[in-house]
Amino acid sequence: MSSIGTGYDLSVTTFSPDGRVFQIEYAAKAVDNSGTVVGIKCKDGIVLGVEKLITSKMMLPGSNRRIHAVHRHSGMAVAGLAADGRQIVARAKSEATNYESVYGEPIPVKELAERVASYVHLCTLYWWLRPFGSGVILGGYDRDGPQLYMVEPSGVSYRYFGAAIGKGRQAAKTEIEKLKLSEMTCRQGVIEVAKIRIYGVHDEAKDKAFELEMSWVCDESNRQHQKVPDDILEEAKAAAKAALEEMDAD
Amino acid sequence: MGGSYGSTLRYKSVERLKPVGKHSLIGASGEISDFQEIMRYLDDLILSDNMWDDGNSLGPKEVHNYLTRVMYNRRNKFNPLWNSLVLGGVKNGQKYLGTVSMIGVHYEDNHVATGFGNHLARPLLRDEWRENLTFEEGVILLEKCMRVLLYRDRSAVNKLQIAKITEEGVTISPPYSLKTFWNFSAFENPTHGAEGSW
Repeated sequence: MSSIGTGYDLSVTTFSPDGRVFQIEYAAKAVDNSGTVVGIKCKDGIVLGVEKLITSKMMLPGSNRRIHAVHRHSGMAVAGLAADGRQIVARAKSEATNYESVYGEPIPVKELAERVASYVHLCTLYWWLRPFGSGVILGGYDRDGPQLYMVEPSGVSYRYFGAAIGKGRQAAKTEIEKLKLSEMTCRQGVIEVAKIRIYGVHDEAKDKAFELEMSWVCDESNRQHQKVPDDILEEAKAAAKAALEEMDAD
Repeated sequence: MGGSYGSTLRYKSVERLKPVGKHSLIGASGEISDFQEIMRYLDDLILSDNMWDDGNSLGPKEVHNYLTRVMYNRRNKFNPLWNSLVLGGVKNGQKYLGTVSMIGVHYEDNHVATGFGNHLARPLLRDEWRENLTFEEGVILLEKCMRVLLYRDRSAVNKLQIAKITEEGVTISPPYSLKTFWNFSAFENPTHGAEGSW
C-alpha cells in the first residue's frame, strides 16, 4: 500500500508524475494510525464516539477530551494529531461565533463544514505550511435537521449517514452499514456506537486499554451538543459488553 | 419597564430583566442599546463557558466580576456603557446580589437599586429588610418601593416585572401594574390657590 514517492514527496506543493500529492497522503496516514472515531446520524440527531487509547495508567479518566463543542448546536470529534485537531476546533469555534454575530442565527452545519474544509485545504496550498495531521467528524443539528460531515486532511468534506476514521475504520464502517440508521433514535444509536467501538477495538489485541468518549446532539438533548449523560453511557457500555460476550460464546 | 429617548419616556414595554446562564439574573437601567450590547457580551461569555462541557458553570459572583471589569475598562477609555446594572443569583445554595455602575463602582449587599431607587427605595429597604423574608413578603416590600418610585420619579411607568432566582432557575413574571391612589383632596381643585393656572 505504501508507495515511495522518492523526490516528489518533499513538499506539499509538488505533484508526482501520477498526479498525487504525497504530503497529503502522508498526513492522512497520521489520521489512520490514531484511535477510531465514529459518527452516525440517527432519526433524531447525531451520535459521535471516540476510542481514546490510554497511553499511560497515570492519566486521569475524562481528561484529554477528543470531542469538542463547536457551538451550541454542533460538535466535532477529532482523530490524528491532537494538537492539530485542537487548531481545527479553535478555527471552527471562531467561524461559528463570527457567523452568528454577522447573520444573527446559528451557523448552518453545511456552512460550518465548508468553512472548516476550506481552512484545512488552505494549509495544503503553501510550501511554508504543512497539512493538518488530523481529520474531524462534525455533527450538528440545524433547521434542516441533524447532519454529519467528515473533513479529511486533504480538505475534502462530505456529508454522511455514518462515518469512521482511524485504526478501526474498516471494521467500524462494515458495522455501521449493517445498521438501519434512519429508524434509530439517538438513545439506541449510543448503544450501537459503543458496540461498534468495543467490537472494533477488541479485535486489536495490542491496544487493550481505552476510554470511550461519546457525545450527541439530538431532540433529547434539546438540540444542544453535550456529552452523553453518564447513566446512558454506562448503560450503553454494559449492553455492548453483553453483546460482545454473546458474540464470543459462538 | 420604561425606556427613555432623551427626556421622553418613549418605550413603555422594555424588558430590562434578563436571565444570564443558569444561575443569574441581570437588571439594567440607563441606555438600552448599551444594555443590549452587554447582553451580547454575556451571551458570548456563557456560550464559551458551556462549550467546555466540564460540569462547571459561571455563577452570579463571576458574572458580576466580569461586568465590573467591562464597565470599569470602558470608563477608563472615556467611552462608558451608560448603564447601572443589578446582578443577582443563587449557586450551590449561596445567594448573591451585587451592582455595578457605569463608572465601575461595584458592591454587593442585601438590597441594591439603580438611579432614583438609591434615594427612594433603599432607605425603605434598610428599615424593613430582614434576613429571613419569604418570597411573598419580599414581593410586598419591593412593590412598596416601586410604588414610591412610581409616585415620585418622573421617568417611571406603571408597568413592572418581578423576577425570582432560586437554585432551580430563573422565573420572570409577566408585566403587571400597581394600584395607585390619586384622590387626595389637594388634587381636587388644583387651581384653588392660583386662579388661571393649570
